[in-house]
Amino acid sequence: MITSKITGDRIKSYLEQGKRFDNRKLEEFRKIEIETGISKNAEGSARVKLGDTEVLVGIKMNVGEPYPDSPDKGNLMVTAELLPLSSERFENGPPRFPAIELGRVLDRCVRESKFIDVEKLCIKKGEKVWTIFIDVYSINDDGNLLDAAGMGIIAALKNAKIPKYDEKEEKVLYGELTNTSIPLSKDTPLSLTYHKIGNSIVVDPTREEEDLSEARVTIGSNNGIISSMQKGEETALTIEEINRILDTNEKVWKEVFKNIEKHIK
Amino acid sequence: MVFKREDGRKPEELRKPINAKVGIIPNADGSAMYQSGETIAIAAVYGPKEHHPRNQRNPRKGTLRCNYNMLSFSVTDRIRPGPSRRSTEISKITEWALTPVVMLEKYPNMVIDVHIHMIQADAGTRCAGINAAAMALAHAGIPMKNLVSSVAAGKLDKTVVLDLDKHEEDFEEGEGSTDIPITMTPDGEITHIQLDGKITSKQLKEAIEMAKKASKEIYEIQKKALKEVGEK
Repeated sequence: MITSKITGDRIKSYLEQGKRFDNRKLEEFRKIEIETGISKNAEGSARVKLGDTEVLVGIKMNVGEPYPDSPDKGNLMVTAELLPLSSERFENGPPRFPAIELGRVLDRCVRESKFIDVEKLCIKKGEKVWTIFIDVYSINDDGNLLDAAGMGIIAALKNAKIPKYDEKEEKVLYGELTNTSIPLSKDTPLSLTYHKIGNSIVVDPTREEEDLSEARVTIGSNNGIISSMQKGEETALTIEEINRILDTNEKVWKEVFKNIEKHIK
Repeated sequence: MVFKREDGRKPEELRKPINAKVGIIPNADGSAMYQSGETIAIAAVYGPKEHHPRNQRNPRKGTLRCNYNMLSFSVTDRIRPGPSRRSTEISKITEWALTPVVMLEKYPNMVIDVHIHMIQADAGTRCAGINAAAMALAHAGIPMKNLVSSVAAGKLDKTVVLDLDKHEEDFEEGEGSTDIPITMTPDGEITHIQLDGKITSKQLKEAIEMAKKASKEIYEIQKKALKEVGEK
């Protein structure tokens, strides 16, 4: 159900006073829970909960041909499915825009930050490289699937082990994982989203709050270095507002990172 | 001679652990998780609600619409997201397995959606999915005549066994492996049966009897999980 106008007006008048329905501050996340290794046939997997929002992320790997423009680099593919299981708003069928955007925004966050050392995923230049499939599924949507999925991707990548590869038979031996992790950089990118509701900038909105969002900015960054960014929705933002979001990101990034650090080692 | 199972189970022994949990998805009207050994299924029920498209409405009774799916990473070789011929068939089989116990006549022109996903798969996924879906329907408060419980009976070489895992399903020596997923009410009514393999009718009858006992065992687990959420 779409949030009613009367609820929306109340949420807005609360935000004007710096308050939220669940007593959080505007820049405060809900309780973050991360669990890794939730599916044993995946090379890596994670479950992330932000309050009532829940996503699953799984990593599968396969050996294939590199792209012609990057013959010595592994491939990366991020896909997301917003399952009808997770909300009455989602329907079966080919992925619609929100699922496509989610996958692409997070793909860029991982790719542009150079978090994965794709050159180490090359088996034979121009012929064989590892492809990493990152699949995101929503299990319960109570707002902010985007940030939950971003955390899940990091946790699942850190959790993953590369499977054995039989070079003679040219076959991946699934189920026989090596002790080798996916080559990752120490600089962990976190993708965090900021919503403009009225004159307030809010993080980690619930479903009701997200419905009121006039504009959102997703920033993929690591300790002050921004590597991906996307503004969504129709309302324009002033330079002051963007600056405010950037300043907020510096602060919130540190808090969230500290909060989840132990889960993503 | 009795076939020796690699994991040391007796022929009529179900895989461990069996876990059942109700109310795992807050957005859904009803939801449940069912784990049998290494197979984990989750299910969510939305409805009864307006049935779209309109031309599919049934003025005599409501419609149960099931959707079975495996998450891409639930098996060793990644599955491409989206429906397949296999998942389409299992979705329909699941509908047939559940419909006899759901009192759809109370909801003419309406639809009840059941979404089933495998988080981790090690054979017996349709059975785990049906078990989770039955609990989710009950949790949603949909009037039902009974629960249903599902289990795969089977045969390894010459021995009738229960609840094959993936490794056993791929068994090829002797007479090989036969897989017989069966869904029953606790009263012994069969709402679903399938068979792949090679078996005599005498042994099939034996397998069905074995499945009947096991489905009662599963029924008790489902009932307990439903009561637990009721008490909260």
